[in-house]
Amino acid sequence: MQIIQYLINGISIGAVYAIIALGYTMVYGIAKMLNFAHGDVIMVGAYISFCVTNYLGLPSAVSVVAAVVVCTVLGITIEGLAYKPLRGTPGLAVLITAIGVSYFLQNAAQLIWSSSPKNFTSIVTMDPISLMDGQLVITGEVLLTVCVSVAVMVGLTFFTSKTRTGKAMRAVSEDRDAAQLMGINVNRTISTTFAIGSALAAIAGVLLCSTVPTLMPTTGSMPGIRAFTAAVFGGIGSIPGAMLGGVLLGIIETFSKAYLSTQFSDAIVFSVLIIILLVKPAGLLGKQVQEKV
Amino acid sequence: MKTKMNTLLKNKNARTNALTYLVVIAAFLVTQYLYSADALSSSVKGYLIPICVYISLAVSLNLLVGICGELSLGHAGFMGIGAFSGIVIAALLKDTIPNDALRLLCAMFGGGILAGAVGFVIGVPVLRLRGDYLAIVTLAFGEILKNIIGNTYAGIDESGFHMAISTTKMPLETGGKYIINGPLGATGIQKIATFPMGFVLVLFTLFVVLNLINSKEGRAIKAVRDNRIAAESVGINVTAFRMKAFVVSAFLAGMAGALFGLNYSSVTASKFNFNTSINILVFVVLGGMGNILGSVISATLLYVLPEALRSLQDYRMILYAIVLIVVMLCTWSPKVKEYLSVIGDKLGGLRKKKEVGSHE
Repeated sequence: MQIIQYLINGISIGAVYAIIALGYTMVYGIAKMLNFAHGDVIMVGAYISFCVTNYLGLPSAVSVVAAVVVCTVLGITIEGLAYKPLRGTPGLAVLITAIGVSYFLQNAAQLIWSSSPKNFTSIVTMDPISLMDGQLVITGEVLLTVCVSVAVMVGLTFFTSKTRTGKAMRAVSEDRDAAQLMGINVNRTISTTFAIGSALAAIAGVLLCSTVPTLMPTTGSMPGIRAFTAAVFGGIGSIPGAMLGGVLLGIIETFSKAYLSTQFSDAIVFSVLIIILLVKPAGLLGKQVQEKV
Repeated sequence: MKTKMNTLLKNKNARTNALTYLVVIAAFLVTQYLYSADALSSSVKGYLIPICVYISLAVSLNLLVGICGELSLGHAGFMGIGAFSGIVIAALLKDTIPNDALRLLCAMFGGGILAGAVGFVIGVPVLRLRGDYLAIVTLAFGEILKNIIGNTYAGIDESGFHMAISTTKMPLETGGKYIINGPLGATGIQKIATFPMGFVLVLFTLFVVLNLINSKEGRAIKAVRDNRIAAESVGINVTAFRMKAFVVSAFLAGMAGALFGLNYSSVTASKFNFNTSINILVFVVLGGMGNILGSVISATLLYVLPEALRSLQDYRMILYAIVLIVVMLCTWSPKVKEYLSVIGDKLGGLRKKKEVGSHE
């Protein structure tokens, strides 16, 4: 029974990673950049939600909407001010700018909300479900995270395959110049991608802090890195890949903490990542792109 | 005509290298003079050794990122290996080598060799990957190294030297002393790092890296960076050269790490995390990729900048972030560059026009 409980916990944390990884993967697939500030957008989202419920006293559903709106605007602003001017320059330049943005967000959060941890109240009010005489406990947070992440994945898959904007995104990620020649507004497509990625980050932030209730300016950075590895793990650029990578990463993390060692869980998680990349260099569900000479 | 071009090119290379050495030596002499004249405040004195360490780290990472074109996000891991092995070596040799400077040198070389060896072991699988995947794997290795160092115990007791990598504290006989104490890090370090030794480290790093760049190997490495397939097709063994650069870079980072570790009375593994790797990368990119003197200058300035802004307290890191973004935009964005050059032209006026004319 214990093993199933760990599996459930792993899937739950993995589902949060998956939502963050979806944001990473979309931005990487379309703008071809590693957005290191993504983890900090998560943190901003969580803070907004925290403020709306605790200071304004509004219901948690409103706080989630507020977080999504603020993060979407934030994502578009960051993209327009910091990344857009650097389009077409080597990837490293944008990477460093993203790091600068990440520092900026973390320190701005520290100025506004101070560095002392805040106790985030979960947005879920449902009582935990006990199964098998209490041997198996499924909390409301677990159910919510899993449902939301599945919904997000299905929604995104539908969006990218059926809608005009989604198709434009796929075209831009395939070949930016050709897409432009076909009359696709590349800049607007990339902005939309950032908006979606940041909105997902806000949702992930609220879910993350509902599961792990301490909220600090650095809350987003480690889950950000982990979700990034999850995206690479599943094959960066692939939507089902990000989902699979996130869930697997969560399960591996929980199991290694439970059965092997708590202290070495980081080392184990990253070792698995390295092994996967060596065996399948494009990730689990990634496309192996042939190099043209 | 061709030979003339070649000699000119060589001269230009030699000139840039000489300039790099000259700047470093001049900076050292000035600082040393101010130091001996007691014109430096104690906080400034405290920056000197870390600056040397970060210069070496930036130059060695530049070999990897700028010259090889391989993005590595795990440089701090090698620094950490060098730091902790250097600390252990210095503690073990305490009675054998009473001379501080000599012991420091041994610790630095020991740390460098160990980091280089780990670099080799990691390089075998990692260098099969390229681009962003290489970046993520080096990031993963950096975190793994940090994690392992954070669970390492080393100590001396009557029966000799003990070392263990485990989650539980390694027992020592009574009277034994821990050198590395797991998550608490290394404590009670004898601070033997000195500024002149930092200067020697910087010179050594420059010597190794500049010689490597301007050698046959260096040209091969650059050829691999600019066009891997073309380089491969003319018979350059790509993997061997990448490996060489990777190991040399790890070795130098290890040496710098040892000096860094022996500059503080206690060091924890969490110091050598992803953020430190990123900071070193920022030095390299802002200094100019492949530009060694640029790395030296930017490492110094960017290390001093947050310290100098300390009086602004909470606002200093925000300012640092803004400076970082603005500098990146000014140096890379085509639009901003164009705008700046228009201003430059207006200010430069006639002089610039004349220059352009003479070139034509």
